[in-house]
Amino acid sequence: MKKLLSIATLTAMVTTLVAGEVMVKGSDTMLNITQRLAEAFSATRPDITVSVAGGGSGVGINAVVNNEVQIGNASRAIKSKEISSARANGVNPVEYAIAVDGLCVITNEKNPVKKLTITQLGDIYRGKVKNWSEVGGPNKPVSLYGRQPNSGTFVFFREMAVKSEYAQSMRQMNGNSQIVEGVKADLGGIGYVGVGYVKDGGISVIELSSDGTNYSSPLDKSAVDAGTYPLARPLFQYTNGKVKGDAKAFIEFEMSPAGQKIVEEEGFFPLNKSLVEKNQGNL
Amino acid sequence: MRLRKVADRGVRGIFMANAVFSAVVLLGILAFLLLYGVRTFSGTSVLKFLSGTVWNPDAYGEPSYGLLPLLLGTLASTAIALIIAIPLGVASAVFISERLKGWVRVTVKTLVELFAGFPSVVLGFFGLVVLAPLIARIFHVPSGLNLLNAGVLLGLMSLPTIISVADDALRVVPHSYREAAYALGATPWTTAIRIVLPAARSGILAAIMLGFGRAVGETMVVLMVAGNAALMPKSLFDPVRTITSTIAIELGESAFGDTHFYSLFALGFVLFLLALATNLVAESLIRREKRSFTL
Repeated sequence: MKKLLSIATLTAMVTTLVAGEVMVKGSDTMLNITQRLAEAFSATRPDITVSVAGGGSGVGINAVVNNEVQIGNASRAIKSKEISSARANGVNPVEYAIAVDGLCVITNEKNPVKKLTITQLGDIYRGKVKNWSEVGGPNKPVSLYGRQPNSGTFVFFREMAVKSEYAQSMRQMNGNSQIVEGVKADLGGIGYVGVGYVKDGGISVIELSSDGTNYSSPLDKSAVDAGTYPLARPLFQYTNGKVKGDAKAFIEFEMSPAGQKIVEEEGFFPLNKSLVEKNQGNL
Repeated sequence: MRLRKVADRGVRGIFMANAVFSAVVLLGILAFLLLYGVRTFSGTSVLKFLSGTVWNPDAYGEPSYGLLPLLLGTLASTAIALIIAIPLGVASAVFISERLKGWVRVTVKTLVELFAGFPSVVLGFFGLVVLAPLIARIFHVPSGLNLLNAGVLLGLMSLPTIISVADDALRVVPHSYREAAYALGATPWTTAIRIVLPAARSGILAAIMLGFGRAVGETMVVLMVAGNAALMPKSLFDPVRTITSTIAIELGESAFGDTHFYSLFALGFVLFLLALATNLVAESLIRREKRSFTL
């Protein structure tokens, strides 16, 4: 019995040594979708294990910069500061887009405000608009929900909508689902989450406009594709140098029609033409 | 005879080595914190760190490293926790030690100790989905993710530690004390509160200190329910950010060698000082206690 057991452990050890392992870490927004992609990929390539961890885009990029993982997930582009610290570490970050996200602004279902301009949205998150009555809603104080600074969504939303410091009163939540939970329970709440997280009831997804006349929803595929939805963004994976080996097989699977179908099933949007071309240049 | 002496020496050496080892490890960690933390001040001034009211290292514009909102967040949530946990904890300990007997006592004590090992992330989830909406509804505030929620959960977390250690302290009070009190006609409750409790004072103080340490160092629960806005706390219903959750949130994304990175070690050092100060205060209280109450 004991012998059998030790043989089993030995075989297990040998298989893990022989089989390829790809480690992916980073963006919490991309966690669910990357996990599903990894499962589907393992079904086609049982010899490769893909393990996926969250932590935030900053964490993912840092992990690539420090050579801890093969692939770093990020829901924002790498910062120039991060590129220079990567170079200093002998790491050359290369970028691949695997999906497109329409970042959703959500409010409590009972809030009658269903449309906002980007300027109004910015004013709300800068702390200038403090009451929903200032943007055509009921007389109710606004409570802000956002992500923590290690989140790519935190950085992306600040760049695209806030364009200044976030109001200090913003609650910094630990992940997309917590924002959804918070807004669901808060009649005056407003939050921002990836499009993959708005399937739940109790919240409404705000239509946004950059010019004040044409409003579009992140749930509308054509608006995100055409770039009319103001908060559409690519979701990236970073590697050290052009991707190779098992990690390359995984990234190619993600970009394949089968992978892009999973992307859509998870509520995100498939890559558009320009992103596909950019990817091909890096493969 | 000689062999015995050698063995005695050997054992003494082993214990000595262990003591020295733990001291060295502790001093090493302290030196590491200090060495890294001090480098914060090449990017910001000591005065700005200690008196700044804005913590925003990952800013759109100029980063700021103000300790005050985080320190106040930590102190305020811990204070609420202790206000809840001390009376409840000490009272429970008195009840368990003085009134419960046999298997009932053992069962209750075991349950309390089981609760001490409760995963904090589960408690945090409870705070997020049960306590937060409850607080919002009862107090008519927009969100229950605030100081009060964090304080209540931290109180719950430190409760088992306080009960368990205080109960042990009460149990070691010599039985002759109780018998003497009974002989003088005191009721069991008078005995428990006027005789046994004062006799166990230093042990109970130690229990409270351990509870304080539990609350001040807890990360996951506050990370999940405190709202994490680095505001100067003005009311029970404001979101707060503690020192521990700041370190947990920001360490992963701060670039190595950055002022931001070092400032998190400075925060760790502040936390260390906080723990040291409370321990010293407790120590001196216990010592004074021992002088005034000799067995």
